[in-house]
Amino acid sequence: MLNTMTERVAKVTPLAAVRRIRGLSDRTIAWIFVAPTIFLLLAINIFPLVWTIRLSLTNYRANQPNRPLQWVGLDNYRRILNDSDIWNTMQVTAHFLIWTIVLQVLIGFTLAWLINRKFKGNDLWTTIIVLPMMLSPAVVGNFWTFFYQPQIGIFNYVVAFFAGADPSSFTMIGSVDLAPWSIVIVDTWMWTPFVMLICLAGLRSIPSYIYEAAAIDRASSWRQFWTITIPMVMPFLMLAVLFRGIENFKMFDLVVQLTGGGPGSTTELTSINLKREAFEKWRTGYASAYAIILFVTVFGLASIYVKALNKVKER
Amino acid sequence: MSSYSITAPSSRQKWIAGTIVILYALITITPLVWIIATGFKSGPDSISYPPKVLFQPTLEGYVNLFTTRTRANAEDLAAMPPPETWYEQVVRDNGMVIAGPSRYGERFLNSVIIGFGSTFLSVFLGTLAAYAFSRFKIPLKDDLLFFILSTRMMPPIAVAIPIFLMFRTLGLSDTHLGMILLYTAVNISLAVWLLKGFIDEIPREYEEAALIDGYTRFQAFYKVVLPQAATGIASTAIFCLIFAWNEYAFAVLLTSGTAQTAPPFIPTIIGVGGKDWPAVAAGATLFLLPVMVFTILLRKHLLRGITFGAVRK
Amino acid sequence: MKIKTLLSATALACSLSASNAYAEDLTLCWAAWDPANALVELSKDFESKSGHKMHFEFVPWPNFADRMLNELNSGGKLCDLMIGDSQWIGGAAESGHYVKLNDFFDANGIKMDDFVPATVIGYSEWPKNTPNYWALPAFGDVVGWTYRKDWFARPELQAEFKTKYGRELVAPATFAELKDIAAFFQNRTIDGKTVYGASIYTERGSEGITMGAMDVLYSFGFKYDNPKKPYEMAGFVNSPGAVAGLEFYKALYDCCTPPGSSNGYMGEGIDAFKSGQVALQMNFAFTWPGFEADPNVGGGKTGYLVNPAGPSGEKFAQLGGQGISVVSYSTKQDAALEYIKWFAQPDVQQKWWKAGGFSCLRSVVEAADFATSQPYAQTFLDSMAIVRDFWAEPSYATLLQDTQKRFHDYVVAGKGTAQEALDGLVEDWAKTFKDDGKV
Repeated sequence: MLNTMTERVAKVTPLAAVRRIRGLSDRTIAWIFVAPTIFLLLAINIFPLVWTIRLSLTNYRANQPNRPLQWVGLDNYRRILNDSDIWNTMQVTAHFLIWTIVLQVLIGFTLAWLINRKFKGNDLWTTIIVLPMMLSPAVVGNFWTFFYQPQIGIFNYVVAFFAGADPSSFTMIGSVDLAPWSIVIVDTWMWTPFVMLICLAGLRSIPSYIYEAAAIDRASSWRQFWTITIPMVMPFLMLAVLFRGIENFKMFDLVVQLTGGGPGSTTELTSINLKREAFEKWRTGYASAYAIILFVTVFGLASIYVKALNKVKER
Repeated sequence: MSSYSITAPSSRQKWIAGTIVILYALITITPLVWIIATGFKSGPDSISYPPKVLFQPTLEGYVNLFTTRTRANAEDLAAMPPPETWYEQVVRDNGMVIAGPSRYGERFLNSVIIGFGSTFLSVFLGTLAAYAFSRFKIPLKDDLLFFILSTRMMPPIAVAIPIFLMFRTLGLSDTHLGMILLYTAVNISLAVWLLKGFIDEIPREYEEAALIDGYTRFQAFYKVVLPQAATGIASTAIFCLIFAWNEYAFAVLLTSGTAQTAPPFIPTIIGVGGKDWPAVAAGATLFLLPVMVFTILLRKHLLRGITFGAVRK
Repeated sequence: MKIKTLLSATALACSLSASNAYAEDLTLCWAAWDPANALVELSKDFESKSGHKMHFEFVPWPNFADRMLNELNSGGKLCDLMIGDSQWIGGAAESGHYVKLNDFFDANGIKMDDFVPATVIGYSEWPKNTPNYWALPAFGDVVGWTYRKDWFARPELQAEFKTKYGRELVAPATFAELKDIAAFFQNRTIDGKTVYGASIYTERGSEGITMGAMDVLYSFGFKYDNPKKPYEMAGFVNSPGAVAGLEFYKALYDCCTPPGSSNGYMGEGIDAFKSGQVALQMNFAFTWPGFEADPNVGGGKTGYLVNPAGPSGEKFAQLGGQGISVVSYSTKQDAALEYIKWFAQPDVQQKWWKAGGFSCLRSVVEAADFATSQPYAQTFLDSMAIVRDFWAEPSYATLLQDTQKRFHDYVVAGKGTAQEALDGLVEDWAKTFKDDGKV
């Protein structure tokens, strides 16, 4: 009785009314679906963040709990912004960030575009290319020190073979000039597939009828590439760049195992520098302020970026 | 169809594309092959120079990976009863005796529990949230989405101290549950963002039709949207798993005796004197294997990629 | 705390002879390295005698300090026994991480006079040179050198060396000689392979380059502070001798190390030496048993060498090693103390030495047959007699990281001069001591 009743109502009422009658309202469902995520993030990300802000205003040292705690106001922030070492660290990070993204986007997109030619066996080769990013960066970084060894490492052997040089005539992670590139090479090797996969997804999302229509209009493949492929893949590409950008801004595991920040401070990325302050020098308060500054930096850059991403999507 | 149509690349195009991709694949796979090969080398072979491409394979690395050993002097070794197993023989041949099992097994199991646990949780929560963000009017939607993303921007090192103290108070430090929650929190932004993209591409008309057919909103989500989003969910799960499986910074700072995962453990495997590269390589190989299998199983979903546009008619 | 310890010590003394009322699960924390494996084996004796079950938590060197200090600082109960690094003792004592052992030692007749004096000062005492003991010396270690005896013995190399330097190719007595020999071997072809002079510590992340450079600097006249006025560092840390020492270390790095050895510590040194890449190798004594047993460099091919003398004939060596302590947060302190009592016994210490553990007990190392028991035994004894150690202050980690940066920037990355590096170090250290209220 009730069922037929509802059915009859359903036939005559607009969709919104149906939703109100059957099951939970959309509004309730929306909140039930979103709440656990928000709660988890509040507990594990926001609460520590607030705690970090509090610590950043003190001289707290986590390894000397008996030391009297002093409020130092914004002193830590002032010291950081005047510290030339930290600016050096920022430059190192910028070099790493820019080059890894440029290389990964170029190589990753090219590969995706080539794979999308759908040659025979492209599935198999794609899977093989994807493998490096499956590996733990810490384990890989550790192994690359082995590959970069001038005498026993295969990287030096292969490069020397093609360059006709002596393998032990150069050292990737030991030289001030080459070390920043040694980390770019390994990160690119590892994470190009990430960009590639996302680009591939983008390329495959383009319906073929668009190309067919373009072909009927006698648009050249060059023109098709710039007017169809690039704009359609752009949102995907930008998402990939966003994630790689954020990940590499935080980069720690790979580089800490690979160079440990050395030689000297040549590859000391901000995260490594921060780790030294927080967990080796145990200047917890100072390190907290440092963390907040990093967070504000990346947050700012990312918000600008996401605005741009949304614009591209709207187009 | 005209020859320059992208929908049907010419065979020459395919051939060139194939060659370049295969060449890249071969270069990119070399380090992995080298790691796997090193796992079957003897200690001296692994650090010989020039590097050895051909070598006598041995299981020494794997035996060393799973055991701790102590050095014994020759007369003590001679006085011992003959070894009962082949692996004892391998160890004795190097002038050592087995002292006990290594920690690798436990660390590996920890990685399994924490990796799969957090992947399940983040994909589960992420799908719900992504669906809500995709379909419903949520106040401050863009801000909330950005908030979710922003939690991924904090360097792990920065949150490690308060998290460590917080976990200790709650009894979560160095526990599986603690690490699962932590990795879920880190992964959920990736899950929500990727999944929202996937779900956005599923036409709303499907659900609208289902609703008209008498489904509740929840049923429509469960029976219509979820199957459509399966590919996206699978891809997202792989990315989450990779992250949790490989995470190092939190693991090295927040776990020790009970819940330590394999990544902080593997680079630090040392033999009796010096770095045991074959054992490290063996550990890395085994650690990579489950993810490789998982990837290959889901290859079709992963590579078929996102075909949501095709649904539009 | 004190009363509790005293009580437990007395209780322990009474109960030792009687059978144990209950068995505990004890966890011992140490670094993951060779000696730890040997200790696992050795501890089986304790398990069978006491009925307690031993568990072990070994953390690799690069993370050892981070992980364990984090554990102690947060009052963790993971470790009942801690074999902590020598420099932790100040912080652990002042923050109350370790149980003070004086009463326990007295109650059980364990006398610190029975241990090698340098290890008692280095591993047990805080403040230094006062009879306040926080650990029992567990593993003696010191930086020394190994060299390829078999290469040194080759007549053609001996002849060439003599023509070039006008003296015999023998183990170096001074650092200047050591550098000559290293330069002599650098890029030489031996048995068809290119070999290099020396492997030295250059690691950036934890403590490597500091241990290595300090090992040289001491003999060149470096002092941590004014012996008459503690914490007065200007003129001692950056004295002309210290500057010359740091310049020497850089010169040695530039001229005579294998290419790419820009981030090497103990493990990399072992690899370089075992694979036959280097003629000389700086490393802690714990590595030596491994060389004797190695198929490539064992069986008499390796010679052991006490740190050579500096320009003025002064001779010091960097101390390594650890003492074993009871963690004050442990709920099983009685059983943990029982372990230490067992470990201190002369026959256990004797077995410890045989298993590859460098015992600090005088009755072991001063025994008549000790010096000949292993090819490296005498070198170990001589080295232990001339040790110096890094700051053991509560802020040692900050002091250490500042040193790591200054030294690595200068020696490996070639930034600035040795004078600038050491002047900068004085500033860094002074800042930390000022923050700590020590000056």
